[in-house]
Amino acid sequence: MRNKFLILLSCLLISGHSYAGPKIENWKTANGANVFYVNAPGLPIVDLRIVFDAGSARDGDKAGLSGLTNSLLDEGTGTLNADQVAEQFESLGAQFGAASLRDMAMVSIRSLSDNIILDKALDLFSKVVANPTLPEKSFQRNRKAMLVGLQVASKRPNAIVKKAFYKKVFNAHPYAIDGSGTEESLNNMTRQDALNFHKRYYVANNATIAIVGEVSRARAEMLAEKVSSGLAKGEKAPELTKVSALSTGVVNRIEHKSQQTHILVGQPGMHRGDPDYMTLYVGNHVFGGSGLVSRLSDSIREQRGLAYSVYSYFSPMRENGPFMMGMQTKNSQADDALAILNKELKEYVEKGPSEDELKRSKQNITGGFALRVDSNKKITEYIAMIGFYGLPLDYLDTFNARVEAVTVEKIKDAFKRRIHPDKLVTVTVGGK
Amino acid sequence: MRLVPILLLSVALAGSFATSLQAKHREGVSDVRQYMLDNGMKILVKEDHRAPVVVSQVWYKVGSSYEHNGITGISHVLEHMMFKGTKTLGPNEFSKIIAANGGRENAFTGKDYTAYFQRLHKDRLEVSMRLEADRMRNLSLREEDFVKEVNVVKEERRLRTEDKPTSLTYEQFIATAFQSSPYHHPIIGWMDDLDNMELDDLQQWYERWYSPSNATLVIIGDVKADHVYRMAKKHFGPIPGSKIKPLKPQRETKQRGERRIKVRAQAEVPYLLMGYKVPVLMTAKDATEVYALEVMAGILDGGSSARFAKELVRGTQIAVSVGAGYNMYDRIDNLFLFDGRPATGHSVEKLEKAVREQIMLLQTTLATQNELDRIKAQVVAAKVYELDSVFYQGMQIGTLETVGLNHKQLDEYVSRVRAVTPEQVQAVAKKYLIDERLTVAVLEPENKKQEEKQVSAVKGVEDAK
Repeated sequence: MRNKFLILLSCLLISGHSYAGPKIENWKTANGANVFYVNAPGLPIVDLRIVFDAGSARDGDKAGLSGLTNSLLDEGTGTLNADQVAEQFESLGAQFGAASLRDMAMVSIRSLSDNIILDKALDLFSKVVANPTLPEKSFQRNRKAMLVGLQVASKRPNAIVKKAFYKKVFNAHPYAIDGSGTEESLNNMTRQDALNFHKRYYVANNATIAIVGEVSRARAEMLAEKVSSGLAKGEKAPELTKVSALSTGVVNRIEHKSQQTHILVGQPGMHRGDPDYMTLYVGNHVFGGSGLVSRLSDSIREQRGLAYSVYSYFSPMRENGPFMMGMQTKNSQADDALAILNKELKEYVEKGPSEDELKRSKQNITGGFALRVDSNKKITEYIAMIGFYGLPLDYLDTFNARVEAVTVEKIKDAFKRRIHPDKLVTVTVGGK
Repeated sequence: MRLVPILLLSVALAGSFATSLQAKHREGVSDVRQYMLDNGMKILVKEDHRAPVVVSQVWYKVGSSYEHNGITGISHVLEHMMFKGTKTLGPNEFSKIIAANGGRENAFTGKDYTAYFQRLHKDRLEVSMRLEADRMRNLSLREEDFVKEVNVVKEERRLRTEDKPTSLTYEQFIATAFQSSPYHHPIIGWMDDLDNMELDDLQQWYERWYSPSNATLVIIGDVKADHVYRMAKKHFGPIPGSKIKPLKPQRETKQRGERRIKVRAQAEVPYLLMGYKVPVLMTAKDATEVYALEVMAGILDGGSSARFAKELVRGTQIAVSVGAGYNMYDRIDNLFLFDGRPATGHSVEKLEKAVREQIMLLQTTLATQNELDRIKAQVVAAKVYELDSVFYQGMQIGTLETVGLNHKQLDEYVSRVRAVTPEQVQAVAKKYLIDERLTVAVLEPENKKQEEKQVSAVKGVEDAK
């Protein structure tokens, strides 16, 4: 009876959906910043985000510098101090944001599209991004706050496991650097380091600007000029070195006083624009990327009740980011759970998904395409990513067709070439 | 996820007024269409045609504040079990069908509600309605599924609470602040209650609360309201309503002085939580007070220009982080919360003193027009920004309706906040931020006990003198 119901529903789906994504326009500002724009009328909002190739992969021997610099942007510009910057943004109702990841350092603003408000908000935004004072007092305060952050993280099993995992997967590659820094690196950092970092990386040739909202193309061009004209032309960040594949498996067991053991297992995965991207993405969707209906969730959570959260994902970056499987379970079950995780991966690499599993994943991904771009916020994130990584402008338009082109054979082939169950990094953090 | 709510987490991790503002207002709900089925199920539809998507949420009036000792966490466990199949569906099949229809789905349990949602292409709305109507009445609670799922929930508790010192502190803090009020219970339940939960408890809980007369359907997206109504009537209409026995009020007993606890846990950095008992929109005799409390939270913690960031983080640098939070849309009296971590070189006592000084300032000196103007600008803008998320709008409508308010009260939010005067803020600060309403909890890092022991040994000698 229940199968009948299911079949009935799946019949409805075969047609699938094909949608065009939002229309993305692209140009360069006078001083070389790359602009990506989507006109999104409907709400009187403008979102603008600048992404610099200035994430923690650029920290060098000063782990945490990217994040610290990024956190200081709104601490003052020109004659304005941090209080005044905050008051000006907030009395306009504008929301300023800044964040630093491994590849990207981002600065964003959301404002009402009203001309007067938007102009004022972006005037200040431009100054904050291009000419921050990075005052000594703020530098020291945020540096110390990061040290406190390290102390807090030192007791969090999820933070410990992630740091150790990246270290073992990426070794000498800059992706091994943890953006939260180390006690040593933070103790040796000076304001001059932040000034230098800003001067080198927060430059037009190293910038991608995303603009989404109720704003015409002509006005978007003006806005892009406004927020970039203060930036030095500068140079693009140099290319990162390639990530080396692992030559052997590594097991790192870290003792920690906690009830659960946190487990991460993985290896270097793939990069943005990777020829295997879609095949690995769809393949992983079946395996551990589709939440409660994935194979891993079925095996670990549904069948055995071993974990609340179990997943796998590829984190594609400029260079090969990690592939990882993760879960947490009470200490006494950790070894068993780990064995199952490894068994599932091995089996999947050998046999791939079934036709039915692949069909379901495709239906989920293509049928849910509209949900990926159903808000200005999501569109902003997408076009910033597309722009930053130099993906084709029709990336979203062709998305579903590329999903449909994936086959069981392609997944088996790609997983066999890219995932090596005998060369995995395994990190566990927990007690006995 | 099947998650314990965001509310618990966001409050525990320091409220920011900017986000709480967004959490609390939306654009003219005049465009929300309301319908009522004969069986008592309310249906609220808002059309939003920006993208070809729809969000569907079924809200039940049941959550941890409906529970009593011995069965805490049962609403949340039942939420998990709602994915385990019905008379016609096997375990997890609900999720599989939604997934195969391109949908994303989950559920969440709070103090005052349990809600289930799907986000789908607009053409797929009927799939979710059919499935939700099915599990509203036909759930199959099976022992074999329960045994596994309650273990999943225990792992969830270990993940979210047992191994998270700030969550542990929050849980003990809340249980200290509330004695007779059901807000005493953790949403996820005490571990001992999870250990002793039985399938039959769940069956009774399900039969008692899962009924169209105790549910609200909220639909937002690229749909036609009347069409949605007809569809809802078709699927939910045939389910018979039931008489829901009203909850006892379980009002909190009068507090007779400040309460103070310590929580020792695996942590490196201390953490402070303070909470004053305050009314909410549902319980306040005078709603003006509620909006004044809301503005007070904004003055202290409404962004980077608010007093806490300006004075305590950047100014004196006593705090690494410090927040103030208030949720006016709870069902019964709750806490006006403060939390924070001291900066290196400052004690948690010093942080508490600094927070109390800020409170005293509110009681003795009127807030400036500048501060109020800034909050009002933020409120107006946030009201527009919220429209970018259909899911969020659904959350707000569903929350208000489920705690017993009317979603139309969202419409009043901006004008009520704008009407708040400095005098009203001062008045609520004087009336509510007093020791007789206060509970304080301090997280003490366990591995620092050694040093403290030495200090207290010395102190002990001094005391003896």
